[in-house]
Amino acid sequence: MKTNSAPPELPKATIAQRKIVSSHYVLKLYVAGQSPKSVHAITNIKKICEENLHGRYALDVIDLYQQPQLAQGEQIIAVPTLIRKLPPPLRRIIGDMSNTERVLVGLDI
Amino acid sequence: MCGGAGCGKTLLAMEFLVRGATEFNEPGVFMAFEETAQDLTQNVVSLGFDLNDLVARKKIVLDYVYVERSEIEESGEYDLEGLFIRLGAAIDSIGAKRVVLDTIETLFSGLPNPHILRAELRRLFRWLKDKGVTAIITGERGEGALTRQGLEEYVSDCVIVLDHRVSEQASSRRLRVVKYRGSTHGTNEYPFMIDANGISVLPVTSLGLEHIASSERISSGVARLDAMLGGKGYYRGSSVLISGTAGTGKSSLAAHFADAACHRGERVLYFSFEESPSQIMRNMRSIGIDLQQWITKGLLQIHANRPSSAGLETHLAMKHKSISEFKPQVVILDPLNSFVIGENEIEVKSMLMRLVDFLKTRQITGLFTNLAQSGSPVEQTEVAISSVIDTWLLLRDIDSGGERNRCLSILKSRGMEHSNQIREFLLTDHGVELRDVYVGPEGVLTGSARLTKEAENEATLLIRNQEVELRRIELERKRTTLEAQIAMLRAEFAVQEVASLKIIGQEKAEKAQLAQGRVDMGLSRKVDAKPNKQKGGAK
Repeated sequence: MKTNSAPPELPKATIAQRKIVSSHYVLKLYVAGQSPKSVHAITNIKKICEENLHGRYALDVIDLYQQPQLAQGEQIIAVPTLIRKLPPPLRRIIGDMSNTERVLVGLDI
Repeated sequence: MCGGAGCGKTLLAMEFLVRGATEFNEPGVFMAFEETAQDLTQNVVSLGFDLNDLVARKKIVLDYVYVERSEIEESGEYDLEGLFIRLGAAIDSIGAKRVVLDTIETLFSGLPNPHILRAELRRLFRWLKDKGVTAIITGERGEGALTRQGLEEYVSDCVIVLDHRVSEQASSRRLRVVKYRGSTHGTNEYPFMIDANGISVLPVTSLGLEHIASSERISSGVARLDAMLGGKGYYRGSSVLISGTAGTGKSSLAAHFADAACHRGERVLYFSFEESPSQIMRNMRSIGIDLQQWITKGLLQIHANRPSSAGLETHLAMKHKSISEFKPQVVILDPLNSFVIGENEIEVKSMLMRLVDFLKTRQITGLFTNLAQSGSPVEQTEVAISSVIDTWLLLRDIDSGGERNRCLSILKSRGMEHSNQIREFLLTDHGVELRDVYVGPEGVLTGSARLTKEAENEATLLIRNQEVELRRIELERKRTTLEAQIAMLRAEFAVQEVASLKIIGQEKAEKAQLAQGRVDMGLSRKVDAKPNKQKGGAK
């Protein structure tokens, strides 16, 4: 695609579009209090986001102990769970986010 | 609770919750992993449960857990605290006492890393116990183990296996308690059924033989039969078997009994497996029994269905249910042996034994008919339940003199004296009639042979009477003759007597004369010495 210079407009547009879409990451991390896994997850995801999505993301950390009713609404079973609200489609990543590679794949970054 | 697909796990679990909420005031949480709350609500409407209402009244919380493998990516370690929090919130929101997790192993297909899941599930069970709630966890039946993960059955206190079995093309549901910590439980398989009233489990058989035996007697509906049964009929709560070959009047006797019971104002439940209700009524009208009036009055119910319409267990379950609902005093099954299809005699026997036990514990008189195969010994029922039968009537065709005649005899009747005689059995337009049979040197005669024999007998009797009369006259004549002879002899004797006396008299007179003559002679000779006189007289 890159070698082909005949239609330069189209790829550019798509790249631009994707950038606009992907520039807006809305992430929600559901944790359970101050458990070691939760603490790890928070640290890890913050690091990943800073490194890969600097300035283009909104991360909410939600403690399910504080708002247990959200577990039902958001279909949370496992903790910690990271939900990518935007861009669609919805993605879930469970675990303490220690495997950065998998998190990136999961978030499709 | 575990079992294969379609065996009623979800329904049983749901019933547990709904009954708890409505009857015991114990709210419950239903956590569904497979069906959405909406689907569940719709599916249990057929059982008569209105979940929407219960949810609105805060008696039940429905929570659908959505797990989609394709949406989930794993990164590092996780636990199921979310599920715990979610369940905890649901329990706390209504103060639930009962929890259902249906079917938890869906998690295994939805989430990676089964090791974590296993550990977490263990924790979940413990956590539920600490919460003080009663939890039902359903699981699919696995191969070799009760559940697919082989986990639930070990951590649970009570394991119930549900089974849906098909034999002879008819299905039946069964339930078995595999383990129940801290209790002595029945380990048998129990049949259960699902219908408009939910799930009903039926005891396989009453464990002990402890039913009360009533000494009350009830009429069989045929006066002569009552007379044969010690004059009073059957015992209440006993089981009566009428067996006989085709067309010997088994159903007619059964109808008589039903009719008599209805006359007494008792309720009768008639299970027919070969004839439709209207057919039974038409046929019974032909022998003068009007069953329609009892149906109209609500005393008689006829349930007609083919034995093949369901499995034996289901049949039994249906009977239990109808008996429990209608509460009859008399139950009639006509005929038993239509249950025997192929090689299932043992099952049929056990089913009937359970039914008999059930009837006895409820003091219901059971009357069963059994069609005996012609050729096989009549004293053997095909279903071999004779041992549980109290009164056994045998109907038989006797084929003689170019006609068939029906005969009835009592093979056994426990606890009462009963006739050992065979009676001829007639179906007339006013019901069943029993007649004495002719028993003579030629054997037992029935039908027209009996009538002929009776006429013959009468003739013989007449002749005999005449003979007796003749003899009497003869005797009289002999006596007269004898008396005449005696008179003649007497007369002869009298004559002889007179003659003898006369001779004796003469003799005496001669003797006297002789003596006198001697004295005179002595005097004339002048005899002086008396002694000499004598000596001389002697010389």
